[in-house]
Amino acid sequence: MTLLDVKGLTKNFGGLTAVSDVSMHLDDNELVALIGPNGAGKTTLFNLLTGVIVPSEGTVTLQADAGLEVLNKKKPYTIAQAGLARTFQNIRLFKGLSVEDNVLIAMTSKNKEGFLESIFRLPSFYKKEDELHQQVLDLLKIFDMQDDADKLAKNLPYGAQRRLEIVRALATKPKILFLDEPAAGMNPEETADLTRLIRQIQEEFHITILLIEHDMSLVMNVAERIYVLEYGQLIAEGTPEEVQKDPKVIKAYLGGEA
Amino acid sequence: MKKNLKYNLTWLAIMVVGYILIDVLELVGVIDQFAETTLVLIGINIILATGLNLIIGFSGQFSLGHAGFMAIGAYTSALITQAIPNGGGMVLGLIAGMALSALVALVVGIPTLRLNGDYLAIATMGVAEIIRIIMNNLKITNGPAGLYNIPQLANWSVVYLFVCLTTILIVNFIHSRDGRAVMSVREDEIAAESMGVNITKWKVIAFVLGAATAAIGGALHASYIQTIAPNDFGIMESINILIIVVMGGIGSITGTYVAAIVLGLLDMVLQNFGTLRMVLYSLALILIMVFKPSGLLGTWEFSVRRIFTKFKAKGDA
Amino acid sequence: MHTVLQQLVNGLSLGSIYALLALGYTMVYGIIKLINFAHGDIYMLGAFWGYYVINQWHFSFWPALISAMIFCALAGVIIEYLAYRPLRNSPRIAALITAIGVSFLLENGMSYLFSSNVRSFPQAIAVKQYHLGSVTISNIQLLILVVSIVLMILLQLIIKETKMGKAMRAVSVDADAAQLIGINIDRTISFTFALGSALAGAAGVLIGLYYNSIDPLMGMTPGIKAFVAAVLGGIGLIPGAALGGFVIGLIETAVQALGFSAFKDAVVYAVLILILLVRPAGILGKNVKEKV
Repeated sequence: MTLLDVKGLTKNFGGLTAVSDVSMHLDDNELVALIGPNGAGKTTLFNLLTGVIVPSEGTVTLQADAGLEVLNKKKPYTIAQAGLARTFQNIRLFKGLSVEDNVLIAMTSKNKEGFLESIFRLPSFYKKEDELHQQVLDLLKIFDMQDDADKLAKNLPYGAQRRLEIVRALATKPKILFLDEPAAGMNPEETADLTRLIRQIQEEFHITILLIEHDMSLVMNVAERIYVLEYGQLIAEGTPEEVQKDPKVIKAYLGGEA
Repeated sequence: MKKNLKYNLTWLAIMVVGYILIDVLELVGVIDQFAETTLVLIGINIILATGLNLIIGFSGQFSLGHAGFMAIGAYTSALITQAIPNGGGMVLGLIAGMALSALVALVVGIPTLRLNGDYLAIATMGVAEIIRIIMNNLKITNGPAGLYNIPQLANWSVVYLFVCLTTILIVNFIHSRDGRAVMSVREDEIAAESMGVNITKWKVIAFVLGAATAAIGGALHASYIQTIAPNDFGIMESINILIIVVMGGIGSITGTYVAAIVLGLLDMVLQNFGTLRMVLYSLALILIMVFKPSGLLGTWEFSVRRIFTKFKAKGDA
Repeated sequence: MHTVLQQLVNGLSLGSIYALLALGYTMVYGIIKLINFAHGDIYMLGAFWGYYVINQWHFSFWPALISAMIFCALAGVIIEYLAYRPLRNSPRIAALITAIGVSFLLENGMSYLFSSNVRSFPQAIAVKQYHLGSVTISNIQLLILVVSIVLMILLQLIIKETKMGKAMRAVSVDADAAQLIGINIDRTISFTFALGSALAGAAGVLIGLYYNSIDPLMGMTPGIKAFVAAVLGGIGLIPGAALGGFVIGLIETAVQALGFSAFKDAVVYAVLILILLVRPAGILGKNVKEKV
């Protein structure tokens, strides 16, 4: 079943077309990769899908529980609440807050704690907070981070910061998870860990993942389907094997006549 | 559950002991009329500065207009208590002042909180100045002369009570879902929005809550001092509150308490120096900032829970 | 018609004072992102220096103006060295509070040393009124306008053409990169303070002549207004500061001429807020979106 349907998505910055007429779809519980040379417009496409920038043309629709939901031109927070969560290429944690708070914040829209019950510290407040605390610990445990709950996010090592970003995105209970270069800056060992982690997420959370990545070992290992972007346009789509053989893709990556 | 009750009872005990301590000191004459006034002014400054700290320190929005909201609270409650000079009038005045101040903050906050950093600071300063100039020209506020003979319905006990109440309000707000959402806006707006946090909404809520507490401070000020004039609520008053927040440590409520007390006592001691007073005050300000740029306490917060945990850890060892 | 022209003349001369002050704010802001709250008090120092040298040393106008500029440049450099430099890597708000402290110190220090009384500024130049058609303009107003414009052009030349000016622009774009190519950051920042403070000193002497009275707190309100002017034009931008200064001067005189002088500051702030809502980075400022 198609979960996210993108039709004719275009973004112009002044005279420059960063993303041009991109149509793609993401199915239920699917792991798709988005690849392309530097400057191809991958992050711009992510930003368009998650609402950080508004598309010039085109539509993005999500198959929500209540039927189709049009996402383009909505604010990022409504899109996040609709079930699209993301990580960032250049890690954007809430650095000055604890690991636990980072995850709790992602639960804000799902957390129905009222103003008065928190101000007056009603018993229901403590009950809800305890439940949330337990949920966060459970989530952290899956990623082997339960001992870091009280640490400040900025004090975590680099790899753990990347992992926390993924945990935080998962805490929004997304339908689709967008990962923007999760392996950037990682050594091969860390990348191997990440590969396992991504597989594990897909199995345990049954969600769709769209991944931007330059590390081809990671992409070819985990992706079920690949979209290739060059100069803002989709030039190929298919399984890893198909894409690897596609002459247009080889040309885009190696240049010249292939 | 039991633990939470223990922490909350400890806090209650601290507040009660504080009250009794001041009461006894007053009885035995250690606190005279002059010292009591200093104490009350410190209390009002704590109320004002914790509200501003919520806006600046926790939601990360640089407001320089706190005195404007203080003015709304002061004038509203002064006018109401002049008409109804009893406790009921005081309560009504406080509620009306808070409501009006919150309303103005809402109307002003929704458009201006989109501005960044120093632009927001200057816009909020402008708003406060406009409020002051309006007070300066209205008939009901008695123009530049201001209001006098305001019934003194607030004594030090009332101020003490409200210091406790506003602190509880703000601290409980910060340590809840709402407060975490507000802090995420300070940390990273783009990431917060991508996590489903409606950043405009939380900025406005923090701003409105801060403005409402500023109105409490203003109302108590009007009632205790008994005279108010538009010039009491100028840019310098906003700056004085800002100084307390920054000197204590942005994002530390304990720091706000410490700075308000330190500055209040400094002011009291310096009374004897006559005209040299403000020179020494400004020198102290510069020196503290140069040597403690992150404020007296940084982001450190006094916590009963931590003390209990430490104590227990020691007991177990 | 003639009242409009008359008010235009008045507005421009007041505006040029704001513009001179706003330039100092904007230059310092551009280079170290500090709202130099004490800038208005430098202007007060300039006025007092002018008062002193004209009365005690019997300087005539030009030497008084130039010596005030030198004196204020020195004061600005010393303040930066003692109070702001130690805080260069601290949170910006800490530096702002320090600047407020310096402002208090200058205001109260001067009140302590010279009393807070208002003094009348010596008339170093006899006032003459010129009548151009129906418009009256005094020689002082002309002097203010001409001196301000000359100083602004001079400033523009320094910033665009000299090595130090280029260094200033480089540091304000990227201090680390500027350091890598061998620019002495400390010296560049000192130079910026010197330039800005010299302009404030000139404004102080000019306003002394124009309003004829000075006191230790005289810098407070114009300082804040000039800062508003800098923000209005787009803070960090030199043409923006000049534009903002003139705009505020003109608004103030216009509101006053219409008979609402009690509300003139309120109108200034209202215009400021409205402009910021439409252009969040000021009239000439570019709104830079954060890259994700």
